[in-house]
Amino acid sequence: MQRRQISKSPEQSVQVHHKSQTDLSAWRKGGRTDSEKSVQNHQSHHDQENESNQDSLEQALSYFEKVQGYVSLKKNSVLQKHLTAVESIALQRGLPPEGFDVLLKVALSGKFADTVNTRLLKSLIPASVVPESAVVSAVSWLCASKCSSNVQLLFVRWLITMFDFIDHKEQLRALYGFFFFFLQEEKMCPYVCHLLYLLTRKENVKPFRIRRLLDLQAKMGMQSHLQALLSLYKTFCPELVTITLPRKTKTYFKNSEGPWKAAINTVRQRNQGNSPVSQLLFLGTAQPQSRKRKWNSQLVIPACSTNQDNLEEDRAENRVDLYSMNKSFPVEQLQTFSQLLQYIHHLEFPSQMGSVLTNPLLLHYMNCVKDESIYLRLYYWMGQTLQEECTWCVAENNRHEEEFKDFLETVYKTECFLQEGFSSCEEFLYKSLPLWDGFCCQSQILRLVSWIPLSSFTEMKSHLYDPLAQLFFTSSLYFKCSVLESLKGLLQNWLHWHVVHLDSESDSELCSLNTTLSEQVNMVAELIHFVGWISTAALRLENNHGFLLYFILDFYETVCDMYLGYNLPLLIMPPAGVFYPALLSMDSVSLNQLCYIMYRYRANLVAAKENEQSKKKILQFKFSSQTYKEYNQYITAMVGCLWTSSAFQNDIHPQGLRMDDELLKKTTVQEFKTSFNIVNHPAMMGYAALFLQQAWPGDTTFNFSLIKGRKWNWYLEYLYTQGLKGLKVFIESSINRVSQSSHSKAGNVQV
Amino acid sequence: KENTDPQRTAFLLRKKWTLYSVTPLYRFSEGRLKDYSRMLSAFIAAERQKGLAVEVGVEPDIKVAVSSLPDLKGSEKDQAAILVQLSTRSSAYTKNSEEKLLWSGWFCCVAGDDLSENLPEDFTCLPLFLVNGAECYTSTVGSWFQKTFDCCFRRLAISPLNLSWMAAMWTGCKVDKAASAMELVFSVPRLSQPLDISYAIHPEDAKALWDTVQKTPGEITQEEVDVFMDCLYSHFHRHFKIHLSATKLVKVSTAIASAHCDGIIKFLRSQYLTGVLMLLTELAISQIQ
Repeated sequence: MQRRQISKSPEQSVQVHHKSQTDLSAWRKGGRTDSEKSVQNHQSHHDQENESNQDSLEQALSYFEKVQGYVSLKKNSVLQKHLTAVESIALQRGLPPEGFDVLLKVALSGKFADTVNTRLLKSLIPASVVPESAVVSAVSWLCASKCSSNVQLLFVRWLITMFDFIDHKEQLRALYGFFFFFLQEEKMCPYVCHLLYLLTRKENVKPFRIRRLLDLQAKMGMQSHLQALLSLYKTFCPELVTITLPRKTKTYFKNSEGPWKAAINTVRQRNQGNSPVSQLLFLGTAQPQSRKRKWNSQLVIPACSTNQDNLEEDRAENRVDLYSMNKSFPVEQLQTFSQLLQYIHHLEFPSQMGSVLTNPLLLHYMNCVKDESIYLRLYYWMGQTLQEECTWCVAENNRHEEEFKDFLETVYKTECFLQEGFSSCEEFLYKSLPLWDGFCCQSQILRLVSWIPLSSFTEMKSHLYDPLAQLFFTSSLYFKCSVLESLKGLLQNWLHWHVVHLDSESDSELCSLNTTLSEQVNMVAELIHFVGWISTAALRLENNHGFLLYFILDFYETVCDMYLGYNLPLLIMPPAGVFYPALLSMDSVSLNQLCYIMYRYRANLVAAKENEQSKKKILQFKFSSQTYKEYNQYITAMVGCLWTSSAFQNDIHPQGLRMDDELLKKTTVQEFKTSFNIVNHPAMMGYAALFLQQAWPGDTTFNFSLIKGRKWNWYLEYLYTQGLKGLKVFIESSINRVSQSSHSKAGNVQV
Repeated sequence: KENTDPQRTAFLLRKKWTLYSVTPLYRFSEGRLKDYSRMLSAFIAAERQKGLAVEVGVEPDIKVAVSSLPDLKGSEKDQAAILVQLSTRSSAYTKNSEEKLLWSGWFCCVAGDDLSENLPEDFTCLPLFLVNGAECYTSTVGSWFQKTFDCCFRRLAISPLNLSWMAAMWTGCKVDKAASAMELVFSVPRLSQPLDISYAIHPEDAKALWDTVQKTPGEITQEEVDVFMDCLYSHFHRHFKIHLSATKLVKVSTAIASAHCDGIIKFLRSQYLTGVLMLLTELAISQIQ
């Protein structure tokens, strides 16, 4: 029983915060079932580290529970081991509630020497709460006087410090008389007074107690702690305490929290450190100030709370219709989606808009409510926070990179949730990218780039493309791929946005966006040209690296389908610097990808041409003949390469493969004509070899020229079964196979 | 030339004010300043009791006053400045409960049309916040405003470029009485020991120089400011062989006001108070937008 409880508690403390934002079912403050798994994944490395800690804590607790008789520390290495375990865990993470009963009991029962008891008491730092039952049983040990007066004193001081951590206090208050008894011990008197001060209620004030206090005062003189208690008694029962007490402004009690204060702070910070949101959920206050240098620059997403000011106003104005339906529903209580639906008309946004970032329910609500002030509040808050906390724009911020990373991550997740970028974030990127080293918070920044909105803003070149290109050309291959990935995301987000707004525009004229379609098309075209340019250069810089080529072609997989997929009247062919490296690539993945892309270009261009010819509607935009021309040049080159073995004659692209026979002969390559067809192409040769092995087992000459005629068709079938789907759709669509038996007669289809 | 009553703003002079920029206040109402005093007072009391161990003993009361300073405006469109004062009444020992000012801060907007023009009516534009007093109170008051009006505070530093503007502008201002010297403080970067160079100029000399630089009265261009500063630099170089242009201007003091690059300002003449505030409002707005 105990074991399970112990192992559960640290999870409980984190599970609330790591919810996947898009998963609605996970958003329930108490609901642990849905999110527990993902939390565990999230925290797995954290957990592993903790697991060994937990084991040693459990072992230590069971040792202390079972220990018999007086044990000396010096000779007992087992005790030493367990004591150290308790201390280190307590100071790092705090102890679970179950640990207090065992440890308090052992510390106050006098089984060990005072040094051990003191160390145990000093390490009693709660991770969450101190159970009242443990404290009550400890008080009974205290009264049994088995321990020394020093330990008793330390226990009372501990009790005062931890008073607020004790989960209930009713039973403890019932022990008032026992504590009062300890007043007579001179050393303990100040601390007991403090404790009584915390416990006293009106019913505790009795004449005999007042007499006792007055006696003590007569004996010990005017002591501030006695006066404190007396003045409290007087506040409760002025008729019983008739003496005049000086009104003091000084503090009455000595600071008793000494040994624990630092540890409590450490534990609290550590337990909250996992997420900037958590501390607010638990404490409802900002984090301790020592952590940060300035009061106003704490990177804390504000807690969700109703505006007190509004409450006051409501109270003043609505006193009459207190029971009416107009009462607003406090956002703090909003915990489930059904509540959101139920109270959607009575909901008010929290006092600080920033808090919606961590509250998916409010983000849903935000999506429904189109109110300018909501976005403006969020705009100011986010803009200022991003600028103030940016680790590379503000010099002394670099210590806080992790925090800033988390914050950017949260912003990104919110953008994904809302499916739109924040303008404050866009402005931040424009301001900070020129100063960025391309390293700090890399993945977060690049992901945020993909949410820059498609707007009429025409300064993309100087604000985004130029600084990005500078970093791109001077950074690693991995960074280049990440940038391409991010720009692909940007393109897709723009296209999605375009599709959605195309629909809503046809519905109504509500769309007040001052971007015309032609501006949008121009912006998309500019992005694609930019990517084409950096891709060409990057392929040269990185020696046509296959990994890089994959990311580039991945981008073009979106580009080639813009007309059919997103209804955008724009198609842009990849530059020759991308097309030819892909066509002559050494690996089949790139070639297959290129085939698929060319197939989709064809489908889009054919559809556009049909639309144009049928003239069903007057098209505002026509693809330029240049696009068709480029496509035809590429397709000629491709078919010439892969199929008709005439690449060197037929290619008419100015940057293409066309070469004189004379020149080719000088290379002394035999049968240069066929050297790039689907059999001899360096990317395909592996397949051809395997095919030969299967078709002619035993033949080790690898005579590729055997693959022709019917074998050619078998070979094609073989390639299709190997997953070269792009090649399949390309050949089936773009190659006009006049005769199934002879490949030499096949031609290419032009559009 | 300004319509302020010097008496009513006299208390703002000769104090060091730390500058902050503030984003527009959401649902702030000038008619409810009394309520705000009460709420802020309760908030401060609650903040002080917060802590790990229970706070015991009675601390001196803190009195909060939130009031309006209608004199500090550039135009009719500007929101009246808001003054927040915290004072203490130590009534326990002394019977004449004398109030001692602990902390003061004020929000203001002088010619802030750039920002206020486009704001929805729910928002109040008071982009400049000036503080004098302990940081702990700034923190508490600031947090309350942040929570209540969903605004953001940021320290407002003054760049060397803007400091040189101030130097030029303030040099050109007429001052009636015998004015104190104009002082520019430069800090030499990248030294293991901090080294500051103080450059004091007789105000009349500085004025004479500025008058030869400025072409149209009432209008200042960046070029004129650059020429003015370059003249001062070359004069300094002639005597000390030090290029001040390679150092960083950190402080400008004139008879009008003194400003430090960390965002600290001291107003010295009440007739130029709104003029200086107008410049600071502009800086605050550019930090917000």
